[in-house]
Amino acid sequence: MSNDKPKVAFYWCASCGGCEEAVVDLAEDILKVTSAVDIVFWPVALDFKRKDVEAMEDGSIAVSFINGAVRLSEQEEMVKLLRKKSGLVVAFGSCSHLGGIPGLANFWNKQTIFDYAYLKSPSTNNPDKIVPLEKSEVDGKELELPEFYDTVYSLDQVIDVDYYLPGCAPPKDLIVNAVNAILEGKLPPKGAVLSPNKSLCDECDRNESKPEKFTMTEIKRPWEVELDPEKCFLAQGVICMGPATRGGCGQRCITANMPCRGCFGPSDQVFDQGAKFLSAMASIIETNDEKQIDKLIETIVDPAGTFYRFSLPTSILRRKKMEATK
Amino acid sequence: MSNESFEPRLVGFLCNWCSYTGADLAGTSRMSYAPNLRIIRVMCSGRVDPQFVLKAFKEGADGVLISGCHPGDCHYQEGNYKALRRHRLLSKMLEQMGIEKERFRLEWVSAAEGEKFQRVCNEFTDEMKKLGPLNLNGGKKNEQ
Amino acid sequence: MTQKITIDPITRLEGHGKIEIFLDDKGDVDRAILQIPELRGFEQFAVGRAAEEMPRITPRICGVCPTAHHMASTKALDDLFHVEPTPTAKMIRELIYNTFQFEDHTLHFFFLGGPDFVIGPQAAAGERNILGVIGKVGEEIGLKVIKARREARDMINYLGGKIIHPVCGLPGGVSKGLDEEHRVEFLKQAKDIVEFAQFSLKIFDDVVLQNKEYVDVVVGDAYQLKTYYMGLVDKDNKVNFYDGDIRVVDPEGKEFAKFKPRDYLKHIEEHVEPWTYIKFPYLKNVGWKGFEEGKDSGVYRVAPLARLNASDGMATPMAQEAYEKMYETLGGKPSHHTLAFHWARLIEALQAAEVMVQLLENKDITDPNIRNIPTEKPDEGVGVVEAPRGTLIHHYKTDDKGIIEEANLIVATVNNAAAINMSIEKAAKAFIKGGEVSEGLLNMAEMGFRPYDPCHACGTHSLPGDMPLIVDIYDSSGKLVEQIKRDQE
Ligand code: SF4
Ligand code: SF4
Ligand code: SF4
Ligand code: FES
Repeated sequence: MSNDKPKVAFYWCASCGGCEEAVVDLAEDILKVTSAVDIVFWPVALDFKRKDVEAMEDGSIAVSFINGAVRLSEQEEMVKLLRKKSGLVVAFGSCSHLGGIPGLANFWNKQTIFDYAYLKSPSTNNPDKIVPLEKSEVDGKELELPEFYDTVYSLDQVIDVDYYLPGCAPPKDLIVNAVNAILEGKLPPKGAVLSPNKSLCDECDRNESKPEKFTMTEIKRPWEVELDPEKCFLAQGVICMGPATRGGCGQRCITANMPCRGCFGPSDQVFDQGAKFLSAMASIIETNDEKQIDKLIETIVDPAGTFYRFSLPTSILRRKKMEATK
Repeated sequence: MSNESFEPRLVGFLCNWCSYTGADLAGTSRMSYAPNLRIIRVMCSGRVDPQFVLKAFKEGADGVLISGCHPGDCHYQEGNYKALRRHRLLSKMLEQMGIEKERFRLEWVSAAEGEKFQRVCNEFTDEMKKLGPLNLNGGKKNEQ
Repeated sequence: MTQKITIDPITRLEGHGKIEIFLDDKGDVDRAILQIPELRGFEQFAVGRAAEEMPRITPRICGVCPTAHHMASTKALDDLFHVEPTPTAKMIRELIYNTFQFEDHTLHFFFLGGPDFVIGPQAAAGERNILGVIGKVGEEIGLKVIKARREARDMINYLGGKIIHPVCGLPGGVSKGLDEEHRVEFLKQAKDIVEFAQFSLKIFDDVVLQNKEYVDVVVGDAYQLKTYYMGLVDKDNKVNFYDGDIRVVDPEGKEFAKFKPRDYLKHIEEHVEPWTYIKFPYLKNVGWKGFEEGKDSGVYRVAPLARLNASDGMATPMAQEAYEKMYETLGGKPSHHTLAFHWARLIEALQAAEVMVQLLENKDITDPNIRNIPTEKPDEGVGVVEAPRGTLIHHYKTDDKGIIEEANLIVATVNNAAAINMSIEKAAKAFIKGGEVSEGLLNMAEMGFRPYDPCHACGTHSLPGDMPLIVDIYDSSGKLVEQIKRDQE
C-alpha cells in the first residue's frame, strides 16, 4: 500500500493509555485523520512490528507521536529508532512532555520500588524472595524482561523532540489543531509547546478574585474546606498551580471545582515549574513575621510532590538525590 | 560522613547593598575566611530566583548561601522578606529532594559586618566539610 | 529440539504483553507464558503524598479505566477519614460510576471483544473491527454506538471535569453537584442508553445465539476454565459495581467467602514469578498451587462473568431477565465458559444503564449538599469498587496529618493474571501439536484472553487494523525458523 499521504506513527512508552484514548475520543474526527494520513506504526492498533520500522528509510515517517515517559531499556531503543525514521517527533501528553505522574517515581529508585512491590507489600506472599529479573529461567527455558531504570525520563531527555502536546491527557482541540498544523505545514518554530504561551490564571474564570496577597495564616487542603465554586482557589487558601501552569486546557479541573495540579507544565520562559510556583507562593504570602511564615509553610504538605506533580523528571534537579551505590 | 580533606564548593548570592559590601569589608580588612565560597553579586536577596539555587546545586554546589540586608534595611523595602519566605519553602522542598536543610542557608549581613560575614563563611564551610559532598547522582554514571 | 515461540506484542496491560510458548521435544506445548514487561511503582511513589491527592494520582495507572481508580481511591479516603459521603454525593458518585461501567463495557463489546462474534470468528482479521461491525449491522447502528459512547463520556466529563482522569472525588463527597437542567438532560440520555443496552443484547442474540456454530464455540471445552469467582454484592447478594461486600464462590458455585473490603488481606495474597513484572493474586485460604484449575487451586477470576457467578442475581429487572436467560442457555450456574464474559458484560451494561435512570429519576440528586467535611483524624482506609475488569482494591495508611505512609493496590486485571495465563496455555495446547502450529492459533490465543479485556488500553486496536499478532518460532539455537503473521486487510 504505497501512496503520497504523509506517514504517521504512534508509540507509547511508560503510558497509562489515556493518551491513546484521547486519540480515540476524537471519535468521528479520527476517521478524517486516518483518511488524510497513512498510519505506519501503532502498536495498540496495527500489525506492524519493530522490524518493519527498521526497514523503513530514515526520515520517511512524516511525524511520530510518542506518549508516555521513558523508564525501560526497550522504550529507549524504540524511541531512538523512531527518531531516526521520522521527520518530526511530537511528545504527546504530560508523561512524554514532562515526565508526568509516573515521574513521581523519581523520588525513589528501582530497588526501593521493587522491594516494596515484590517483597514488602502486605498482600505479597514471597517466602523465596523472588524478584523479576532481566534474565530468568523457567524449567530451563530462558526468558527476558527489559531493563528497568532508576530514573524516569521525559522524551526529550532521550531523543531530540520537535514539538510538545501538553496535558494529561491532551484535550481534543489541541490535538486537532496540531494535526492540522502538521498536515498544512503551518508549524511554529521547533521546540514549541502547542498550546498558548500564557498562564492558566490568565484564562481562568476565577482570575478576578485572585488575591494580591494571602490574608490567611494557613494553607487549606481541599478536603478540609467547602470549596467555593466561583472564587480563586488561592483566595480560598487552597493551593492551585494555575500561576505556574500553561493555559490551554480549558480550565478543566477548575470547572469541576478542583484546583489545578499543573499537567500542562510551565510556560515558555520557565525552566522549573515547581520553583516558579514556589516563587509565586512566596510573593503572595502576606506576613513578614518569621514565626508566622514558618507556621504557614508548615501547613504546605508535600511541596515537591505537589509543585512537581507532573514535572519532576524535567525539573532542574530531575529526581531525588540518588543514594550512593554500595 | 566527615572528610577532612574534602573542600566543599559553596555558592553565595550576596545582595549588592549590604552583604556584598560586608564581604568586601572582610576582604579589605584582611580577615581570613575560607576560600570555598564563590560569590555572586545580586541587586537584592529578593532577586534570587529559586531556580538559581536549584541550578547551583545541580551544577555541583555542596552548599548555597543567600545573604541580604537585615530585616527592615532592604533597599527595595521587602526583598529580604520575600527571600526569607522563599528560603523556608525551598528548604522544605529541597529536603524532599534529599538535600539536607543545612546546605541551604540564609543570613542577614550588613555593610558594616565584615566580621559576621567571615564567621558565616567559615562556619558554613566547616559544616559542609562535616556533611561531605552532596553528590546528587550517588556516583551513578548514567543518571541525571 | 526445543522450540520457543514468541507472540509480541500481544496486548497491553500497563505495558506491552508478550507471549512465549515453549515446545517440548515432541513439538507439543510445554509451557505458555504471558510476560508483562512493565512496572511503574505507584504504591511506592504514593508514599509522602497527601492522601486526598490519591484520586488524582492513581487514575494514571490506567487511562482506560481511570474512573475506577478514581472511585476506589475516593472511597478509600472516606474510610481513611472516617466520613460518609452525603446521600446526594453518593448518588452522584454512583451515577458517574454506572455511566462509566456502561461506557466501558460498550466500548469493549463493539470495539474489542464483540467483533469476534458479530463479524464471526472465521471472518478475515481485517474485518473484525468496529468498521466491520458497522458494515455488518449497518451504518445507522454504528453511529448509534458512537453516539451512545460519546453521550456517556460527556456526562462523566461534566461531573468529573475530565473524562480521562476525573478529579471530582473528595473524602465525604464530590466537588461538583448536579443542577436540575442537567438532570433532565441526562435523564433523557440515560433512557436512550437503556434502549441502547437492550439493543446490544439483541445484537448478541441475533448474531451469536441464533447461530449454532457460535454457540458451540462459546460452550466448547477449549474456552473453559474451572476457577473460583469474585465480585462485589449488595446486601441481597445482587451485583453492585460501586459498593458492597466481596463475595467469593467456589468452582461449584457455593459461597466460599464473603467479607468486608477492609478484610481483604485475610483472603487475598499475591504470588511473584521472576519472569514477569506482574504479580499473581490467589485466595489465601486455598493457597497458591501454580497455574492450576479447580477447587484445590487458589486461582480465582474477576470481571463480568465472575461477578455474575459470585452473585445471586442482578439488581435491576431487565438485567435480571437477561441474567436468567444466560444461565439457562449456558446450562446453569456457575458458568466456566470464558467466552461468556462477553455476554455477561452486556448484561452488566444493561444494569448500569437501568441504575443511571433510577438515579436520575430521583430529584434528590440535585440537592446541593454534596460534601461532608471530615472531622476525625485520618489513619487507614480501604476502598473497593468493581472496575469493568474486576475487583479493584485501594488501601492506604497515613500519619495523623493524612500523609501516605503505605499504599497497597490490587488492580482489577491483575486478579485475572493467572487465569489469563492459563487460558492462553489452553489455547496454545489445543492449536499446537507435534511442532505444527495450526492457522487458528493467533485467533484462538487472542479470543482466549480478550474476554478478560486485560486492561487493553485502547479500543483502537480495531481502528482500522486488528490486534497486532506475530508468532515467531525459534529452533533450539535461537534461529528464527518460521513466522506466522496475521494478514493485514
Ligand atoms: S499524559 Fe496522562 S493520559 Fe497521557 S499517558 Fe501520561 S498519564 Fe496517561
Ligand atoms: S490560581 Fe487557580 S483558581 Fe486562581 S485564577 Fe489561577 S487558575 Fe484560577
Ligand atoms: S486545570 Fe491544571 S491540572 Fe487540570 S487539566 Fe488544566 S492544566 Fe491540567
Ligand atoms: S537590597 Fe539587600 S536584601 Fe534587598
